[in-house]
Amino acid sequence: MADAVAGRDKCGEPRLVSLPLSRIRVIMKSSPEVSSINQEALVLTAKATELFVQYLATYSYRHGSGKERKALTYSDVSNTAEESETFQFLADILPKKILASKYLKMLKEKRDEDEEENDSDDGSDGDEAES
Amino acid sequence: MAERPEDLNLPNAVITRIIKEALPDGVNISKEARSAISRAASVFVLYATSCANNFAMKGKRKTLNASDVLSAMEEMEFQRFVTPLKEALEAYRREQKGKKEASEQKKKDKDKKTDAEEQDKGRDDDNDEDEERLEEEEQNEEEEVDN
Repeated sequence: MADAVAGRDKCGEPRLVSLPLSRIRVIMKSSPEVSSINQEALVLTAKATELFVQYLATYSYRHGSGKERKALTYSDVSNTAEESETFQFLADILPKKILASKYLKMLKEKRDEDEEENDSDDGSDGDEAES
Repeated sequence: MAERPEDLNLPNAVITRIIKEALPDGVNISKEARSAISRAASVFVLYATSCANNFAMKGKRKTLNASDVLSAMEEMEFQRFVTPLKEALEAYRREQKGKKEASEQKKKDKDKKTDAEEQDKGRDDDNDEDEERLEEEEQNEEEEVDN
């Protein structure tokens, strides 16, 4: 069992791929247009995903503010999604975080703007509607 | 076919290990960062699959193959993955070939063993039959030569 996590097979050889192929397959099949997947394609996708995880982690760490603190944080990763073209496709699922208080303030400001617009319209429309 | 949300996630333990091995020693990975990278990996699989599938459809094939995946990587601007992926593919093919040969060898050995067992059982009879057959063949050959 420990070997499965350590990435070695029964003979102690390093595994070609550590991610479980069955799970990768489930994700791939959830894509509507896909009919069938050749075993080699499955292995390569799993391997590519591992390379991707390594790349995202190291990129985020190198470019992140966490470097001084010897830590990788959520914002390091979400910044990568926002700022790097290669990782743009992740922008929607890794939104930047803001404080709740800031968000509420933004909502209030938007509401105030909308109200101001309505006030200026009411003055002219009211008369026309009657006639 | 409805998948439960967990099914589209990759196992935390493996993701964590891959990240740890990629980063310098002693770097701490927050739980949220790990979870974010895991979600990103699932999205990556979907994106790669969709992209690879386009290549398969272009080639009028219904089955995704290795070259479709490699083409998808280029398309997605992950060219840096292409060389290590090709190496992995070679290694995988060698492994499969080795396994195939090993199981064929096993089958051969098994057949040989069964033959040997049968021979032992009816050894006397067989040997007599073989000898007769050999003699017949020799006679036939001689006849043909004469003709």
